[in-house]
Amino acid sequence: MSIKVRVVERKGRTFLEQLYLVEVVKGMTVTLGHFFRNLLDNSRLYVRHYPEVKPEISPRWRGRHRLTRHEDGSVKCVACFMCQTNCPSNCIMIEAGERFDGRSEKMPVKFDIDLLECIYCGYCVEACPMDAIRMDTGIFSVTSNSRESLLIGLEQLMETPGGFSEVDYHKGGG
Amino acid sequence: MTDTVSEKLRALFPDIEPQKVLDATVIDVEPERLMVVMERLKTYPDLDFSLLLDITAVDYLTYPGQQGGRFRVVYTLRNWKRNWLLQVRTPVADPELGLPTVSGLWGAADWAEREVYDQYGIRFQGHPDLRRILNHWQFEGHPLRKDYDIYKGQVCYEPDRLEKEIRARLAAKGIDQSTMSDINTEMMFLNLGPSHPATHGAIRIFTALDGETIMANVNEIGYLHRGFEKTAENRTYNQIIPLTDRLNYCSALMNNIAYVKAVESWLGIEITDRAMFMRVILGEFFRVQDHLVCLAANLVDMGGLTNYWYLYNEKEASYDFISRLTGARLTSSFTRIGGMYRDFYEGWEADLERQLQAIEKGVNDSLKLVLQNRIVHDRTQGTCVLSPEKALSYGYTGPNLRSTGIAFDLRKDNPYYHYDSFDFDIPIGSRGDIYDRIMVRFEEIFESIKIIRQAVKRIPAGPVFVDDHRVALPPKEQVYHKIEGLANHFKLIFEGVKTPAGEWYDSYEAANGELGFHFVSDGSGTPYKLKVRPPCFYAMSGFHEMIEGEMIADAIINLGSINIIGGELDR
Repeated sequence: MSIKVRVVERKGRTFLEQLYLVEVVKGMTVTLGHFFRNLLDNSRLYVRHYPEVKPEISPRWRGRHRLTRHEDGSVKCVACFMCQTNCPSNCIMIEAGERFDGRSEKMPVKFDIDLLECIYCGYCVEACPMDAIRMDTGIFSVTSNSRESLLIGLEQLMETPGGFSEVDYHKGGG
Repeated sequence: MTDTVSEKLRALFPDIEPQKVLDATVIDVEPERLMVVMERLKTYPDLDFSLLLDITAVDYLTYPGQQGGRFRVVYTLRNWKRNWLLQVRTPVADPELGLPTVSGLWGAADWAEREVYDQYGIRFQGHPDLRRILNHWQFEGHPLRKDYDIYKGQVCYEPDRLEKEIRARLAAKGIDQSTMSDINTEMMFLNLGPSHPATHGAIRIFTALDGETIMANVNEIGYLHRGFEKTAENRTYNQIIPLTDRLNYCSALMNNIAYVKAVESWLGIEITDRAMFMRVILGEFFRVQDHLVCLAANLVDMGGLTNYWYLYNEKEASYDFISRLTGARLTSSFTRIGGMYRDFYEGWEADLERQLQAIEKGVNDSLKLVLQNRIVHDRTQGTCVLSPEKALSYGYTGPNLRSTGIAFDLRKDNPYYHYDSFDFDIPIGSRGDIYDRIMVRFEEIFESIKIIRQAVKRIPAGPVFVDDHRVALPPKEQVYHKIEGLANHFKLIFEGVKTPAGEWYDSYEAANGELGFHFVSDGSGTPYKLKVRPPCFYAMSGFHEMIEGEMIADAIINLGSINIIGGELDR
């Protein structure tokens, strides 16, 4: 096994290359080859009819966030502030309150994510010790007419369903 | 090898004691002797430190237990032939007086010293053009000083006219007022950019023209400056990884790898074999992507739009594979200190191989259009020639340096991740013109694909993360169900990965050249200082040397051929 140094050949000295026409015709055959292939069968073109046809989104995709829930519908989050601490862009703002359903002592009363600040790195998911925040919604397009509506809160985060089955999500490494 | 450099240094300067830090040899020099030492390092044939990689400063204002002066300037030098890395450190007593400039020795020092002045306010005596570079000209204060208020927003209200600078450049080329008012030479000043499709980002190329010929050129950068280095001082080591995505965004994962490699080498962590092979495969895959972007855009500048489809389509399709793997198309954030964020997914080999074949087909189609095409030859051969001496002087690395005929590649000269066990070629050019820069990149695509195929065959099974509680987050099962795992998890997230106090430099062969990171650690989980050595910053610093005397149209394709990426250039 070896690493060799090789000088790149400089083209352009032969008569045929100097003549220009031959090589241009050769180049044209490549372009025309593409043209006729695409004309006869356009199924392999890299064209996506968005938004009718959505792009493929994998279970690993870091999409818009959601907060997961227990079977009874209560929020899994215990307001431990891990995601807020690990967030490199400081876009998560949590306010903790007391919890009375016996699952833990704390729960969030406010859980805001500023989607305009978020850089979609997935560090909140990595930091969560309760599997309470996930980015598996498959939502890749976050658009709005107003800045305010992109500051999403607890209700919106809890309402969003996951985009994948549990099996697929864990297969992806989540 | 480093021992020999230490011996040579001792023989020349008996009173200076060289220390070894990782691959680098470090010497401390008093400011009075700086010029003598630097001159010898550059010119003494036994040392021959022809590459000035970077200059940076450290502000020790809040460094725990620091005695002595507040500022220290660090010069990073390299002898590429023998793979010697040297750091010269000099204390600065008074930033207003500063240090003597070394821009007479290395062209790279021109911009590097301007950056130090801009960020730290340290002056360099005798510098030809000491002004701000990354921050705008109306900026007040020096942001990388520890007492700078980061919440103070500063807006630029007026453009920098650059008139004085371009006139100085004209004068340096021997064109004075009398020539300019001569009837035959009607000088015209023209801005290319900052917001122009041909600049591939926001760069201002200010030119003085005689007809279509560029007589003098001054460049203004910093339009995409967002304070990466200052932000990094306020984040834990792992939190910086997503920020590195945004340096060279055409090959985000290479930045991730370069960054974690630098931290791991200081921590002394040996990552698992599988993680190493993953980094080789993905690093080379992103090198291919980076070259595809560069070539596609460059050929469009030249008027060959068809090439764009053949090359860019495959780059676009590659993003599907990348997003399946990393969870995002552009901002991969796929490495962590100690390994990789995730393993490959099931069936990755087939996806990768299919993609490689598609890339090969696209590149071959494009080569059929350009390789023997006389229009391409006439436009690129012999234009914007960069001599090897100039390239070294301005700190060029990577494909730009190799196109001048200098076979310097960190994968060959300072191998990491088993690169020395792979079978591949380092393509080099012979003239250093645009043609060589394009063809070296074309060849590197094929070589990278060769490396990927070998690595895919050899990749071992096993974990992708080290089993080390200092750096690795415990498995989620332990976090959910065990108190030890939970406590470890909390500690790592809240405090970050702690590194021993010290200073070090480590580098990686990224798609554009040597991507280095200079760290100063105070022992906590947050870097005290982090400086990137961005390859395109130095490529841009020598841009005027390449285009002066050429035509405007050549300047445009030359800018594409050195592959300037704004995210990395301006940080």
